Amino acid sequence: MQVKPSAPPETVLPDKPEREPAVGRQRGGGPVREVPRTAWVVNRAPTKRWQGVDLAEAWRYRELAYMLALRTLKLRYRQTFFGVAWALLQPLVALAIFAVIFGRFAKLPADGIPYAVFVFPALCIWTYVSTGVSAAALELVSHQELVTKVYFPRVLAPVSALLPGVVDLVISLALAGILMAATGVTPGGAILLLPMWILLSCLVALGSGLWLAALNVRYRDVRHTLPFLLQTWFFVSPVVYASSLIEDGWLHVLFSLNPMAAVIDGLRWSLLDAPAPPVYDILSVAVTLLLVVSGLVYFRASERKFADVI
Amino acid sequence: MAELAVEVTDLGKRYRVGIGADYTTLREHMNGMFMSRRAVRDDDEPRELWALRDVSFSMQQGDVLGIIGRNGAGKSTLLKILARITEPTTGAAGIHGRLASLLEVGTGFHDDLTGRENVFLNGVVLGMSRREVQSRFDEIVEFSGVSRFLDMPIKRYSSGMKLRLAFAVAAHLDTEVVVVDEVLAVGDSEFQRRCLGKMSDLQRSGRTVLFVSHDLGTVAQLCPRTIWLAAGKIHADGPTDQVVSAYQESFGAPEIAASLERASGGPVRLDSVRLVAPDCAALERLRRGDPFTIELCFTNRDTVMGLDVGIYLEDSRGVRAFDEGLSEVLGLDADLSAPGAHRLLLDVPAPLAAKEYVVGIWLGTRTEDFFNEPALRFEIKPALEDSRDAIVKSRVLHGTGRWRVMSP
Repeated sequence: MQVKPSAPPETVLPDKPEREPAVGRQRGGGPVREVPRTAWVVNRAPTKRWQGVDLAEAWRYRELAYMLALRTLKLRYRQTFFGVAWALLQPLVALAIFAVIFGRFAKLPADGIPYAVFVFPALCIWTYVSTGVSAAALELVSHQELVTKVYFPRVLAPVSALLPGVVDLVISLALAGILMAATGVTPGGAILLLPMWILLSCLVALGSGLWLAALNVRYRDVRHTLPFLLQTWFFVSPVVYASSLIEDGWLHVLFSLNPMAAVIDGLRWSLLDAPAPPVYDILSVAVTLLLVVSGLVYFRASERKFADVI
Repeated sequence: MAELAVEVTDLGKRYRVGIGADYTTLREHMNGMFMSRRAVRDDDEPRELWALRDVSFSMQQGDVLGIIGRNGAGKSTLLKILARITEPTTGAAGIHGRLASLLEVGTGFHDDLTGRENVFLNGVVLGMSRREVQSRFDEIVEFSGVSRFLDMPIKRYSSGMKLRLAFAVAAHLDTEVVVVDEVLAVGDSEFQRRCLGKMSDLQRSGRTVLFVSHDLGTVAQLCPRTIWLAAGKIHADGPTDQVVSAYQESFGAPEIAASLERASGGPVRLDSVRLVAPDCAALERLRRGDPFTIELCFTNRDTVMGLDVGIYLEDSRGVRAFDEGLSEVLGLDADLSAPGAHRLLLDVPAPLAAKEYVVGIWLGTRTEDFFNEPALRFEIKPALEDSRDAIVKSRVLHGTGRWRVMSP
């Protein structure tokens, strides 16, 4: 048998949208048509244990993530009475409870901002991250038929699970704007950085989602751990309190290992003109980046076994 | 000048089996880690299984290749690796261009979405871009024949409609390499004809096709070349005629004995299958035109309500010459449900063409198969007066056999 030396390693699928105008193409399969020149796609035994996810390929398949997210969106509110209002209901009810318990009874300091306004944006972004993480973690397993029957870059499953939440996030942040207008809280110049914090929250959700998704394929324990994990995460994140509450020193270093610290501090700074994020938050951002990179590597390493063990 | 379209080299896929194969919870994994190696080894079971081993072959663009083999021979593992669903343990599989598999019709279909939404979703899941789906949308809908119900959630479709829509999407994938697996076994006969037509279209349009099937007749019709996989290895690779008949011959005594053995676990045990003369005397010779009878003995371990028997004859190319069920002929008159031994005689309507045949037996009820395997191989010799033409001419029987139930 000959080994074909000319086959390039790990080559690519032809670009889907760009491939359209192949010469001699005939619709309907017709008679002999010229097969468009395309690249070799090679599925070979892995040589390295650790390597990253092929992001370029994932990008070429982006439409799939979009379609899967669209499907989730379409299905989510189909046959519901309240429809999209559900996106607002959850954070609003939580807000009411927190405002009473932590704002009124516990009188948590809120950097001089009305407590409800102080909490609501953080609550929105927390809701996005927590629902995104659990959706991403469970996405692969809940779509087993896709994993075992067709090829696509697996990383798109957790990614697509993160997209529908963005819609809810935007809706609820708009509501936060109304709340601010009603109470007279105005943002400062840092409002320009708002997209950055939202992007950062996506990265937090992606990093944790990748880890949990890959783990969940193998160990279904993840499903049971999730609620507990998210609840703990909620209370160590500065959602219902300000991070200025944490004293400086090693405790704050520890506190800033939480990727959500920088996201929430930054969001409050941008949106509510709260004090700028403390320098500790650099650590928080670094942890986020580490989470994403390691998540991609771990996901890739376990990806090759998905179809076999799922 | 034809170019390579598929190239498979030294492909191997190993699965771990037995203890330590699949830890599904963390605790089990911990146990696995702390259990001494020795304790694990004590088990005599083999710890790994090569579903594929040293498989190499290549196809030119436009080739149509059949893949046959028994269950567990590695056919689906091979397809999964070609489709990149799973990675090989050794070697490499290269595809020139895109690959679509018609084995996964309807993947990603969601009952709550409308037909239209599902076409787009499914098309993209199978590797098309939305633009491509859009440009072929009308064709797809027309092929499926469900245009009137496009904006209805498919949960209100009949299963046949769903299937047609799903197949329509898959059949309109415009990829260089197409894998087809058993899909043709579903749907009504009119739909099957259209699927077969679509297959020939694919072939004519220069696509490279891999066709996996148990239906040897269709393989022989569609594929000039066939690979026979056995126990994960390529057992034969060559012109379909030769490979298929060699495959048929492999249903020799040892394998049949083994399958009879396997079937002995269920509520019905197949005891013997013999060819006899119509008067149950031993058969001395079997030439074209000689009447003969298939004698079948089996034992019910218990009362088996609704037990039915089917017998088919297949020639070496897999073409069915005869295929009939007991209840089709005798209706409710035949009651085989009683426990104990049963004997059944089927007079095969003569004459069959002179060649080799395999007798396949099916024992089961409406809901369950107890036995469904080839059980006997025999040859009908040409009659003395036969010309060469008459020997080769194949004859498919549509007549009804005479069934006799000789139960106790």
